[in-house]
Amino acid sequence: MHALEVDNLTKTYANGVEALKGISLNVKEGDFFALLGPNGAGKSTLIGIISSLVNASSGEVRIFDASVQKQRSKAMSFIGLVPQELNFNQFEKPMEIIVNQAGYYGISRKVALERAEKYLRQLQLWEKHDKPSRLLSGGMKRRLMIARAMVNEPRLLILDEPTAGVDIEIRRSMWEFIRQINESGTTVILTTHYLEEAEELCRNIAIIDRGEIVQNSDMKSLLATLDIETFVLDLQEPLPAVPQIDGMEFKLRDSFTLEASVPKLKSLNALFSALESSGVHVMSMRNKANRLEELFLRLVEKGAMQ
Amino acid sequence: MNARLSWVGYRTIVRKEVTRILRIWAQTVVPPAITMTLYFIIFGNLIGRRIGEMGGFDYMQFIVPGLIMMSVITNSYGNMVSSFFGAKFGRHIEELLISPLPNWVIVAGYVTGALVRGLMVGAVVTLISLFFTRLEIQHPLITVSVLLMTSIVFAMAGMVNAIFANKFDDIAIIPTFILTPLTYLGGVFYSISLLPDFWRNVSAFNPILYMVNGFRYGILGVSDVKIAYAYAIMGGFALALGSLCLWLLHRGIGLRS
Repeated sequence: MHALEVDNLTKTYANGVEALKGISLNVKEGDFFALLGPNGAGKSTLIGIISSLVNASSGEVRIFDASVQKQRSKAMSFIGLVPQELNFNQFEKPMEIIVNQAGYYGISRKVALERAEKYLRQLQLWEKHDKPSRLLSGGMKRRLMIARAMVNEPRLLILDEPTAGVDIEIRRSMWEFIRQINESGTTVILTTHYLEEAEELCRNIAIIDRGEIVQNSDMKSLLATLDIETFVLDLQEPLPAVPQIDGMEFKLRDSFTLEASVPKLKSLNALFSALESSGVHVMSMRNKANRLEELFLRLVEKGAMQ
Repeated sequence: MNARLSWVGYRTIVRKEVTRILRIWAQTVVPPAITMTLYFIIFGNLIGRRIGEMGGFDYMQFIVPGLIMMSVITNSYGNMVSSFFGAKFGRHIEELLISPLPNWVIVAGYVTGALVRGLMVGAVVTLISLFFTRLEIQHPLITVSVLLMTSIVFAMAGMVNAIFANKFDDIAIIPTFILTPLTYLGGVFYSISLLPDFWRNVSAFNPILYMVNGFRYGILGVSDVKIAYAYAIMGGFALALGSLCLWLLHRGIGLRS
């Protein structure tokens, strides 16, 4: 069964902006799915329609076979949403926020209190459960929204930029939490600007650009299409001109930093021998970007040129 | 499952609303108590003594039902409009919009919250009035039913205002320019029998006149209007505004993009 089926979805806002131009995609039950795209691509509109906060202009969304447009109540009972913007009452305490949310799903207060404690502890927020939520740090507020989304133990968890502005240590602990949630059977849809996050966590991916899906496949096959990798080389001595070596492309960032684009099939030894014979001495080397980031930029740039 | 969902959801909204009213008691209960005490002292006691009788009662007794009703109207409306618009402005209304709760539960929960505030303030004002005059309720059933229906009507009117409001100014306009004048001209301080024919006929179009007089009839047993008209108008408004709230939530107007 599919956790999510999106069928030819369009959305044109009242101001005439065409945010979605006939999007179709399926997310399998149990999947960890990345939804990527540049700012303004239509990701948040799509999530808004899935969670019924935005009305579609045409097309249909089904969550575990329940149509959001025709069986809203049933469809909504399956999802948990962590939105991009903070959307809880900052005058309420974390415990109140989560227990109230449970009530909106018909969960008794007793069960709600137990679950609230469980998720607040798992997300390292228990010490703050009785403090006004406006006093929480940015990272804590994001984790509070994850705990709130989990209280109805949704079959489909949608996370819209959950780790934005969160430090790397907390981000990694959030990844671990979300990974465990997925392993326990919950389907997860993630949008993020940290492509490393999508590459690390997700099995399938869709890239949206200008309201259309430009890529929809599994992560492994997508990354396999990347035939060139780019490295940044720090040089021992300043380089006056770009070296010319067959089958490789170079670009000087500054006289001490060289970017080398190397076909995947070529060994790095060949790169270093060629540089050595041209009199270029390399002190250190790093990847220019992670693999998914390169693919993402390529797809989005291609869309911009068309 | 649906009945349980609706019941638990309704109780949750009411509990949240009542917690909010009690948390900000200095904004919700104290100001109307102070304002109404001043009305009782100035209009009822100081000026009222010189006015003498109105409708067969001393002036203080005559204005008490109107002042109770005035505080119920403004507080039911005010609670709904500030709480619902606050939730919309702070975006936590989304917690409800993405939930499986039916729209009628959302309306019922918020209306009950506004009703609680309206009745709470009404009770405080009634207690204060007992320091100034004696009240013998003539028709308890009419008193309670008019009070409840009025509170419900203005709570739903507040919800419509909050749904259409985009900024805080928008929730102040209707109370300032429509609700307050209609309340003051709705027979709180005078009997419309004192007015010239023209203004008496104009007053007949003011729905608040019927509510104030319905409530006054319940307490004192006198009214400027037929009590059946009062019920018909309150029932009509409750039905129309309730349907409008449900339709607005169903279409997502002002709430969903």
